[in-house]
Amino acid sequence: METSRRNFLKLGGAWALGLAILPAVKGFAANNPEHLVNPKAMAGKRWGLVIDMQKCWPRYQAGCRRCFDTCRREHNIPDIGNKKEEIKWIWTEPYGDAFPDQQHELMAEDIKNNPFIVLCNHCDKPPCVRVCPTRATFKRQDGIVMIDYHRCIGCRYCMAACPYGARSFNFRDPRPYIKELNPAYPTREKGVVEKCTLCVERIDTGLPPACVEVCPAKAITFGDLEDPSSEARQLLKNRYTIQRKPELGTHPSIYYIV
Amino acid sequence: MIARAFNGSKRYWSWVVFLLVLAGIGFACYLVQFNRGLTVTGMSRDVSWGLYIGQLTFLVGVAASAVMLVLPYYLHNVKAFGRITILGEFLAVAAIIMCLLFVFVDLGKPMRLLNMILYPTPNSILFWDMVVLTGYLLLNIVIGWTMLEAEYKTVAPPKWVKILIYISIPWAISIHTVTAFLYAGLPGRHYWLTAIMAARFLASAFASGPALLIVLCFIIRKVSKFDPGREAIDKLAAIVTYATIISVFFVGLEFFTAFYSQVPAHGMDSLIYLFAGLDGHAKLVPLMWLFAVLAVIALVLLINPRTRNREATLIAACGAVFISMWLEKGIGLVIGGFIPNAFNRVTEYSPTPLEMLITLGIWAVGALILTFLYKIAIAVKEDLL
Ligand code: SF4
Ligand code: SF4
Repeated sequence: METSRRNFLKLGGAWALGLAILPAVKGFAANNPEHLVNPKAMAGKRWGLVIDMQKCWPRYQAGCRRCFDTCRREHNIPDIGNKKEEIKWIWTEPYGDAFPDQQHELMAEDIKNNPFIVLCNHCDKPPCVRVCPTRATFKRQDGIVMIDYHRCIGCRYCMAACPYGARSFNFRDPRPYIKELNPAYPTREKGVVEKCTLCVERIDTGLPPACVEVCPAKAITFGDLEDPSSEARQLLKNRYTIQRKPELGTHPSIYYIV
Repeated sequence: MIARAFNGSKRYWSWVVFLLVLAGIGFACYLVQFNRGLTVTGMSRDVSWGLYIGQLTFLVGVAASAVMLVLPYYLHNVKAFGRITILGEFLAVAAIIMCLLFVFVDLGKPMRLLNMILYPTPNSILFWDMVVLTGYLLLNIVIGWTMLEAEYKTVAPPKWVKILIYISIPWAISIHTVTAFLYAGLPGRHYWLTAIMAARFLASAFASGPALLIVLCFIIRKVSKFDPGREAIDKLAAIVTYATIISVFFVGLEFFTAFYSQVPAHGMDSLIYLFAGLDGHAKLVPLMWLFAVLAVIALVLLINPRTRNREATLIAACGAVFISMWLEKGIGLVIGGFIPNAFNRVTEYSPTPLEMLITLGIWAVGALILTFLYKIAIAVKEDLL
C-alpha cells in the first residue's frame, strides 16, 4: 500500500516535471535543422487539380489504371476485398453518381455512365475539418487537408461530414492486406480514418502528386489555384470546368473538364 | 446511504445478478471488438455510424427529460413532482453514463479518448457534446445526491443546490440541442440538414423520457412501499401526451417539406428508403412502419382520457411511446441519414449479434446503475414513511 502510494506520487512528480519542461523541449525541437522544411518543397497557397476527362477516357477504356495503381503502391493502401470496408483514395464513379445534381434524365447514356476520377477534394472550406473533435483532420496552409493518424480517435464524424464519400475507415488491421509494401511510406493501424493526401510527402520534396506524374495522357494538372499564372489556372480560364456538388459551399479544389 | 443498495430482497438480488450477467456478456463481446476492430460490427464505409451512436442519440433524450420534472416543480411550483424529481435526476445519471459508454465503444481508437480533452476543439460539435454531457452528469449526481442526503437527514437542502438546479434546467435543453446539432449542420446529409432537428429531438425526448418514468413509477409502487403518487403520474401522462403529439407532428413536417417540394435531395430519398425501400433495399421498412403504428396507438390511448387514466392502458401507451421513439431516433434517424450515400447509392446496415450484445450490455449497465440509485433513494423515502 505504502510503496504503491509513493510510486504514484513519484509518477505524478515526473508528470509535473515533464509538463514544466515541455515548452523548452518544444523550443529546442523547433530549432533542430532536421525539423526544418525541405528547401526543395513546393510553395503554394491552395493546391488543386484540374482533371481533363476527355484526355483520360480513351486510355481508361484501353485499360489504363496507372494513377490508381501507383497511388495504391506508393501509399500502402490495403486491398481488403470487401466493399463495405474498402479503403479508397482515388477511384472512378459514373458521371451521374459523382455529379448527382448536374445530370438530367435525357442526358446521353454514355456521358452519364462515363467514369470520372474521384478523390478527396481538399475543400477550401472542408466540413471534415470543421467537425473533427481532436484536430486530427486539419487543413495545411497550402490548402491540403490532412489526417494525423496518430491523433485520430476513430469517431468517424468526419465521414458523416464529408459529402463526397472521400474518407475510408480502417475497420480492421490493414497491414495484412497490403500487396507490396512500400517501406518509404507509413502504414496505418485499425481504428483510424484515411484518405488521399494529395501526396504531401512528394510536394514537400518538390515533386507533383504521383497520379499527376504517372498519367500517360497528362490528364491531371496540378497547380496553385491562387496563382493566376499556374498551369491549372490557365486551364480553368480557357476551358469549361465543373466541380462536384458546388452547391454545398465546400469549395472543392478539384476541377473537371468534361 | 450507499449501504442501502446492498441490502435487498432475493428478488432484488436476482435482478442485479441478471443485469451483471448481461453486462459481463457485453464486456466479453467488447473485448472481441477491441481486439479485432469495428470490423465485427455491421457498419461500413457508407453507413459509418450505427446502433451505438443511435443509442447515444436516443438516450440523451431520456436524460434530458429529467427537466420535465424539475422545471414544473421549481419554476411552476407543481408540488406533485416534489416526491419524484430525484427519480428523474437519477434516471438522467444512468442515461448519461450509458451515452458516454456508447461513444466509447464506437471509437476506433478508444485509448485515445483523452485526445478530445487534450486538444479541445471548439469548432467541433462532438467536443461540445462531450462538454455538455459530462457537465449534465455531474450536475445531476451532485443535485440528486445532495437532495437525497438532506431528505435522509431530514434537514433543508443547502441553498447552493437551488442554484445548481436552476442551471440544470437550460443545461438539459442544451444536451439535446447540441446532440441534434451533431447531425443538423452537415452538408450533404440531407435527411439531417433540417432546422427543426433540435426541436424534434426535444419533443421526442419529452415523450420518451417521461414515458419511461411512468413505467418506472408503477414498478416502484409494486416492489416498494413508496408511492410516487397518482397526481404525479397523471401530470407526467399529460406531458407524454403533448410531447408525443408534437413529436409526431414534427416528423410529419419533414414529410411535407420533402414530398411537396419534390426536391429529392431534401431528405426525400432517405424517407423513401426508410418507409418504402429504395432501389430494392428495404431492411428498415418494417421497423419504420412499426414506429408509425406504435405512435398512432400511443396517441389514441393517450389522447382519450379514459384510456390515459386507466393504469393498464397507460402503461401500454407509455411502452408504445418509448419503443416508437426508440425506433425513430435510435435507428431510423441515424441510419437514414447515411442512405443513400454520397453517390446516391444504397448500402444497407444491420447490426451484428456481437454489436447487439455489446449494446445490450451497456443497457444492462445503465439498468444496474439505475437500480442501485433508485434502491437507495427509495430506501430513504421508505424510512420517512
Ligand atoms: S472531400 Fe471530403 S474529406 Fe476531402 S476535404 Fe472535402 S470534405 Fe474533407
Ligand atoms: S475519425 Fe479521426 S479524423 Fe475523423 S473526426 Fe474522428 S478523430 Fe477526426
